[in-house]
Amino acid sequence: MTSEPVIVGENLVKRFGDFEAVRGIDIRIERGESFGFLGPNGAGKSSTMRMIGCVSPVTSGSLRIFGLDPARHGAEIRARLGVVPQLDNLDTELKLIDNLVVYGRYFDIPRRECLRRSEELLDFVQLSDRRDDIVETLSGGMKRRLTIARSLINQPELLLLDEPTTGLDPQARHILWDRLYRLKQQGVTLVLTTHYMDEAEQLCDRLVVMDGGRIVAEGAPRQLIVDHSSREVLELRFPAGTNADFESALADIGDRREVLPDRVLIYGHDGDELLRLVHARGLHPESALVRRSTLEDVFLRLTGRSLVE
Amino acid sequence: MSTLPSIRVWESHLYVMRRIWKTDVLLNLLQPILFILGMGLGVGSLVDRRVESTATLGDVPYLTFLGPGLMATTAMMIGAFEALWPLLGGFKWGGSFEAMAATELTPQQVVRGEVLWWTTRCGISVLGVAVVLLCIPETRSIGIVWAIPVATACGVAFAAMTGSWTSTREFDNSFSNISRLVITPLFLFGGAFYPVSSLPDAIEPIAYVTPLWHAVELCRDLSLHRAGWGESLVHVSVLAAFIALGWVLCQRNFAKRLHR
Repeated sequence: MTSEPVIVGENLVKRFGDFEAVRGIDIRIERGESFGFLGPNGAGKSSTMRMIGCVSPVTSGSLRIFGLDPARHGAEIRARLGVVPQLDNLDTELKLIDNLVVYGRYFDIPRRECLRRSEELLDFVQLSDRRDDIVETLSGGMKRRLTIARSLINQPELLLLDEPTTGLDPQARHILWDRLYRLKQQGVTLVLTTHYMDEAEQLCDRLVVMDGGRIVAEGAPRQLIVDHSSREVLELRFPAGTNADFESALADIGDRREVLPDRVLIYGHDGDELLRLVHARGLHPESALVRRSTLEDVFLRLTGRSLVE
Repeated sequence: MSTLPSIRVWESHLYVMRRIWKTDVLLNLLQPILFILGMGLGVGSLVDRRVESTATLGDVPYLTFLGPGLMATTAMMIGAFEALWPLLGGFKWGGSFEAMAATELTPQQVVRGEVLWWTTRCGISVLGVAVVLLCIPETRSIGIVWAIPVATACGVAFAAMTGSWTSTREFDNSFSNISRLVITPLFLFGGAFYPVSSLPDAIEPIAYVTPLWHAVELCRDLSLHRAGWGESLVHVSVLAAFIALGWVLCQRNFAKRLHR
């Protein structure tokens, strides 16, 4: 087994005119790993993904995918990639099966083999019963699954997923996560972007948190939470618009506090204990919730902003 | 066995065409038939009554004069429109070009496939018109067969030029103006319905720089067995030049857009 990383990026920069979308990031993704780019809209995730997908020239810095330079071996690299773009670009006028076959042909896979793989993939994403339907008639979650099936037609070593579950309902997301988890078990390297915490926690072995074109933290989801947040969080809601008034009254409770427009977060080891202290001060929030720290809290801590606004 | 990348791009269009070809081919035929009936018989009956008019047309009945030119005008319309909405859709609404760009295909290969597709698309329409013309005694001529590739090239020239512009667009709101300000005037003034020499001297030269006029002239000359080598070479060169220019511009614009 070679242990050469699938993706190595050093000081990667992407500029569009005066706008610097990616401002010098270093990434290294190992074979078989499941890696996430986490960040709000505009953080530079998609620009990074497009550079990795060899459809966006690197402005400066160096990028190697499978040890190859995208500027010189773009087509060769893309032949080994699977891409799930942020917006589905399926041919909505065609049948599901034809969408897969046509896409497979772009990789010069013989038609008969395309058809064989397509049937298999439709089965994998649980859409075999819709085989001969027109794509337009599918739900959003089904279209997303079809796009994933399509991205697998060339049996890619590396699968790039740009916000795979944005806009899907919880059930559709879980089906998708399950399929992606199976791919990971088969040894496919997954690289995904997301602004959902739970998605990153579910799917990623390791992730980077991006903000404003830079990487602000890197590590395993659990480790990032341990490093940058407390064990538990107490969420308090006070009457609308009065959160800030309670800031001084809460000042010395917990390890750290965040006052957001809609709620106050208090970080500490034991959430129930924190709530007891709040009540002991004669403060009675409209609601109180004790929960585990998530990547959302990590993001808040690192950037001072919440992730999904 | 491997297939040329451009052929694989072209194949994707066949899948869409497979669904819509029947109505499509019929509708494409309808327009030239209407013009043959409306102009050819209607206007023709007036024109053919005057000996001077017939002389201007080269001593042939109006229908004989008109027919071959309709091959070129049909190809122009099909080519231009194929490179408007369907092409922008490839970048935006359906995103088929974006999908192709994510595979091993290069933008150059995608454009080559498109040119191939435009050739097919225009070729089928031209063939349809040719069949109609061959059925009518006034327009029946072996030259109609030789005119098929010429008219097809005219369509490809318009598709390539239009496509090079469309591929820089974000929205389709200016598209109907292309039809109103470019295609319709060319249709009327490109020499299909009367010799451009009948036009005022100020307007006449405009016809000579459009691919349409060259295609109309050559199609007509071929069908009337009066095509000279020198003129024919000029006509073919102009068509080839427009195709080449449009193709190069398409390659540049597709590359810019798909690999941004």
